[in-house]
Amino acid sequence: MAETPQPTTPTRVTYDYVTRTIARTLGTPSRGYFLLLGAAVALLAIGIITLLYLLRYGLGLAGYSHPVYWAVFITCFVFWVGIAHSGTLISAILFLFRSGWRTAVYRTAEAMTVFAVMTAGLFPLIHIGRQWYFYWLIPYPNERGLWPNFKSPLIWDEFAIGTYFTVSTLFLIMGLIPDIAAVRDLATGWRKKLYALTSIGWTGSNEQWRNFTGWHATIFAPYFVAGAIYSGCGMVITLLTPIRTLFGLEELITVKHFENLAKLCLLTGSIVGYAYACEYFIAWYSGNPTERAAFWYRAFGPYWWATWTMIICNGFLPLLLWVKKIRTNITALFVISIFVNIGMWFERYVIIVVSLAGEPFTKWTNAVYNPTWADWGIMAGSFGWFFMWFLLFVKNFPAVSISEVKEVLPPPRSKPSKAHA
Amino acid sequence: MALPKPLNDLFRPPPTPGVLAAFSHLDTTVAAIKKLRAAGQTDFTVYSPIPRHEIEDALGQPVSPVRAFTLVGGIAGCAVGAWITLWMSADWPVQVGGKPIGSIPPYVVIMFEMTILFGALSTILGILFNVLFGARRTGTILYDPRFTNDRFGIFVPAGSDKVAKAEALLREAGAEEVRRG
Repeated sequence: MAETPQPTTPTRVTYDYVTRTIARTLGTPSRGYFLLLGAAVALLAIGIITLLYLLRYGLGLAGYSHPVYWAVFITCFVFWVGIAHSGTLISAILFLFRSGWRTAVYRTAEAMTVFAVMTAGLFPLIHIGRQWYFYWLIPYPNERGLWPNFKSPLIWDEFAIGTYFTVSTLFLIMGLIPDIAAVRDLATGWRKKLYALTSIGWTGSNEQWRNFTGWHATIFAPYFVAGAIYSGCGMVITLLTPIRTLFGLEELITVKHFENLAKLCLLTGSIVGYAYACEYFIAWYSGNPTERAAFWYRAFGPYWWATWTMIICNGFLPLLLWVKKIRTNITALFVISIFVNIGMWFERYVIIVVSLAGEPFTKWTNAVYNPTWADWGIMAGSFGWFFMWFLLFVKNFPAVSISEVKEVLPPPRSKPSKAHA
Repeated sequence: MALPKPLNDLFRPPPTPGVLAAFSHLDTTVAAIKKLRAAGQTDFTVYSPIPRHEIEDALGQPVSPVRAFTLVGGIAGCAVGAWITLWMSADWPVQVGGKPIGSIPPYVVIMFEMTILFGALSTILGILFNVLFGARRTGTILYDPRFTNDRFGIFVPAGSDKVAKAEALLREAGAEEVRRG
C-alpha cells in the first residue's frame, strides 16, 4: 500500500466531525426534549378540543361580529404563511447569492417552511366553518357537472397552498437524501432500516451527484419569494437557539450565523418600520379624510394596544440590532426574536381585524369584536401542531445538512492547494 | 426479499467484478480519475460525500439532462392551468362581477401555480429517472459506508485479466485502501 499522506487541515471541524456531530442529535432524547414535546402536544390538545366545540356548536363560538368576519383565524393563517415564506427565502435566495453561511441553518428553515405551511393550511379550512365540504374547492368531476369558480381568491389559495406545500416538501426531502444516507451508514437496528428505505439507495456516486446538483441550483426557487422575511428570520432564531444548545451544535451553528440572521432581521425590520412610517405619512399628506380617520382609529382607537405592540416590536425593537454586542449575544437575540414573532402576529391582526372594525364607511355598525376562548384555543393549537412536527423532525432526521456543511469546509488534501476552494 | 423477475433485473442487476479504492483526500482522488482516463477507462464510478467541481471537471461529464425535464414540466403545467380554468369555465359558465366567462387575469394565478407544481414534480421524476438509468448501466457495484462520511471512492469494473493493472494504478495514485470484489 502507498504511504498514507498526512492530513493538512488543522481545524477540528472535519468531514468526520460534521457527520458525527449531526448524527449525534438523533440519539436518545433528553428530558428537556420530552418536556418541550409534551408542551407542544398539550397545546395541540387544546386546539383539538376547541375545534371539536367549533364543529359541534358552529363558528358563533369565535368572536365574529359585524363587520369583523375575518379575525384571529385569518390572522394566524397569514402569520404562518409569512413564517413559511422566510424559510423559502433563506434556502433559496441565500443560495442564489452564494452565501456560504446558509448551509448551517437552511435545513431548519426548510423544515420550518413545510410545517408552517401545514399549519397555515388548516386555517382557511377552520374558517370556512363546514370543514367536511372542503373538497368542494378541488376541481373534480362530479355528477352535477359543477366546477369551482376560478375567479375566486379562495380557489387561488387552494392551488397556491397545495403547490407551496408539495414543492417545499419536495425541497426538504430531496435535500435530505444524501444526509439520510450518511446517517444510514452509521445507524444500527430499526433506524438503519428506516434510513436505508428513505435514502432510496443513495451512495454519492458521480452519476447520482451529476443529476442531483442540478436540483439545488434550480432556477425556480426565486419564484417563491415574497415578503414576511422579517418574521421568519425571527422564527428561525427562536427555533435554532434551543436546538443548538440541546444538541451541542455550537461549533457548526456559530455566533457568526446568528449575527447574519440578526442582520437580515435588522434590514427587513427597517423596511417594515419604513413602511409603517410611509403609511402614516401618506395618510396625512394625501389629505383624504377617510384615510386619515382610518389611521387615527388604528393608533388611538379601541385597538390602540394592538397597533402599538406592532409598531414597537417591528419598527423600534430591531433597531437594537445595530449594536454589535446585542447582535452577537444569543440570549438577547432569542428574546428579541420572540418579540419579533409577537409583533408580526399583531401586524396581521391589525391589518385584518382593526381595518375591518375601523372601516369609516360602516361607522354606524360599531364593531364590538373581541377574540373569544375559541379563537385563542385554535391559535394555541396551531403553535402546538407546528412545534410538535418540528420537534419530531429534528429528533428523527438530520436537523443540519451534513453534506452541505461539508461543502463549505476545505476538502481534505494530501498537500496544500493553490488558493481557490 | 424476492422480487418478480423484471423488477429484479431492473433494481438488482448481477454484481460487477472490479476493484474498489478508498481515498482520504480530494487531490489524490482527482489524480486517480485523471490517470484512469489517461489509461482509457471510462466506465468507472466515483463516490464522494459531497459534490465537488474538481471531480466533475476531472470526469468531464456532460451536463445533467434534468433541466430539460424541468422545462418541459413547467410548460406542460402552464398549459394544464390554462386548460382547466378555461375549459371548466366554459363547461359551467358562472357570471361573477360582470367579468367575461373566460377571464385571463385571474386565471394567470392558477397557470402560475400549475407551472411551479408540474415543474417541481417533473424535476424530481427527472432526477429519479436519470439516476436509475445511470445505476442500471453500471450494475451492482461495490460500496463502502465511509463514502457518505469523509472518504472518496473509485470503483473500476475489471475482469480477472485487468484487475491487477487497475489495482496498481489506484494504489499509485494514492489510494488509502484497495479491495477486489
